[in-house]
Amino acid sequence: MNFQIATLLGQDGLTNGAIYALLALSILLVFTVTRILLIPLGEFVTFGALTMAAMQMGKAPKLEWLLLGLVLIDCVLDLYQQIKYHIDRNKMKKIALKLGYALAMIGLLNNLPLSEIPMACQVLLTLCLIVPLGPIMYRLFFQPLADAPALVLLIVSIALHVAMVGIGLLLFGPEGARTQPFSDTGFRLGAVMLKSQTLWVILVSIFLIVTLFIAFERTLYGKALRATAVNRMGARLQGISPVFAGKATFALAAFIGSASGILIAPITTLYYDSGFIISLKGFVGAIIGGLVSYPIAAIGAIAVGMIEAFSMFWASNYKEIIVFTLIIPFLIWRSMNSHHVEDDE
Amino acid sequence: MTHATEKNLLDVSGLRVAYGKVEALTGIDLTLQEGKLVTVIGPNGAGKTTLLSAIMGILPSKGTIHFNGQDFISPNVETLVGHGLGLVPEKRELFATMTVQDNLLLGAFQRYRRGDKSYDQTLNEIYKIFPRLWERRQQQAGTLSGGERQMLAIGRAMMSKPKLLMLDEPSLGLAPLITREIFRIFADLRSQGVSILLVEQNARAALKVADYAYVLEGGQIAMQGPAAELANDPKVIEAYLGLASKHQELLSS
Repeated sequence: MNFQIATLLGQDGLTNGAIYALLALSILLVFTVTRILLIPLGEFVTFGALTMAAMQMGKAPKLEWLLLGLVLIDCVLDLYQQIKYHIDRNKMKKIALKLGYALAMIGLLNNLPLSEIPMACQVLLTLCLIVPLGPIMYRLFFQPLADAPALVLLIVSIALHVAMVGIGLLLFGPEGARTQPFSDTGFRLGAVMLKSQTLWVILVSIFLIVTLFIAFERTLYGKALRATAVNRMGARLQGISPVFAGKATFALAAFIGSASGILIAPITTLYYDSGFIISLKGFVGAIIGGLVSYPIAAIGAIAVGMIEAFSMFWASNYKEIIVFTLIIPFLIWRSMNSHHVEDDE
Repeated sequence: MTHATEKNLLDVSGLRVAYGKVEALTGIDLTLQEGKLVTVIGPNGAGKTTLLSAIMGILPSKGTIHFNGQDFISPNVETLVGHGLGLVPEKRELFATMTVQDNLLLGAFQRYRRGDKSYDQTLNEIYKIFPRLWERRQQQAGTLSGGERQMLAIGRAMMSKPKLLMLDEPSLGLAPLITREIFRIFADLRSQGVSILLVEQNARAALKVADYAYVLEGGQIAMQGPAAELANDPKVIEAYLGLASKHQELLSS
């Protein structure tokens, strides 16, 4: 191995690591606030990438029908509750708004010349299509069992993942897709050619991570989400509803997932089922952080990316094995060092 | 809205709560007028905490809860918090890994959400009442002593400027001097016009500060009346106050 190969591998590792870090953070975020291990996070990545690809081919992404379908179910459930208890004008307005949004998205996607509009608009449309799926999925699949044990939530999460992979195959087909890079320029760093998309990935990831940090440490809404994670009943007594917290974190996770998908789509070919492995690597990062520490999870995820890139060079066939074996020493170390702290309140 | 002191801020009627088949509360009627301090006393297991939890919506219940001009039937917690009901639970439920200041600020979450920016002023007022919290504002809530935690829990509930503050055993596990301080604060709050529903085991101290009192026994209201009268009622003295517990009176002096 010479310097040039090392920088190339480092570049790959860092790009993937940045994406894993984003995913690790959203897994952590969702887990601490709602106790759900968000296994379908990877599907948001592939949905994001494949939606972008469909738009660039000039087709309206079929994901719009999933959005419409879920919104319809959601509205029917809302209406049922309204009829059962009492009719609230504000809630009716909300139902109308949700339906209107889904229909407006479908209208836009079918009437705009999707392949010709600027890429920023395509990105925006993709996000507008996928992000609402997060809170709706929380509402439909997790909110009714918010008080269930973590194991039940995990099982539902796996079921949702399997269903979403199937829906992915149905909506996007078995072909892989790759999108155009955000910009075409490359530039030299010494003897090495750097792809501009790499820089995009790293910069956007850093931007998102810093924004998340500021939002969680400095704003009262961020603190409210953290508070829900620390003490659910305490948060409810301050009027912070766990439903609100769950929907907000799912929206964030859907946003980060689909943004990651859009970012890496120009670098690797993604298929309807590629999301799982990607989010699993983010999960390894989150485990390294003990499912509690954000900075350690981020560093762990970048390490996962690096190790993956270098093991690709030395032992290409064993790449995945090496990455996933990593989790074992960390689990052993964690279980030796962690001691259960009694809640002394 | 009238500001007559006779207005019932809280009016609970026929409240029933069951844990499975066991009825913990069997038809409670309770009223609280605006600006008054009402106390609920009773032995262990009488259902005092259950009563507060049901009014707050933490436990599902049957019967109506009329609060601040609206009727609620087995409401949910967040709705009632939004309407101005605050609870300091027995377990405090602080955000242990967050700073004292963050705990207090989160108490004002509803006001923040409504766009009420005057919560900084309330924060200063609370620091004035509890200078200890000001000293420890950057410390994690989990590192506080029992008394400081209680102050923080009360302070956090006050940050939302509740119309009615409900307190569950605020003196539990506190040193007598701190209990005295906390009871003095209740008296101050009452004189500022905050309505308070106080659940206490420390019956003598509670009766001293309260306007009206209910005695809860076995999930039912056994006695009720103006606090001063109950404090002299021979039955209450025999069952709850006792001649030996005269020292408790000092706690509220």
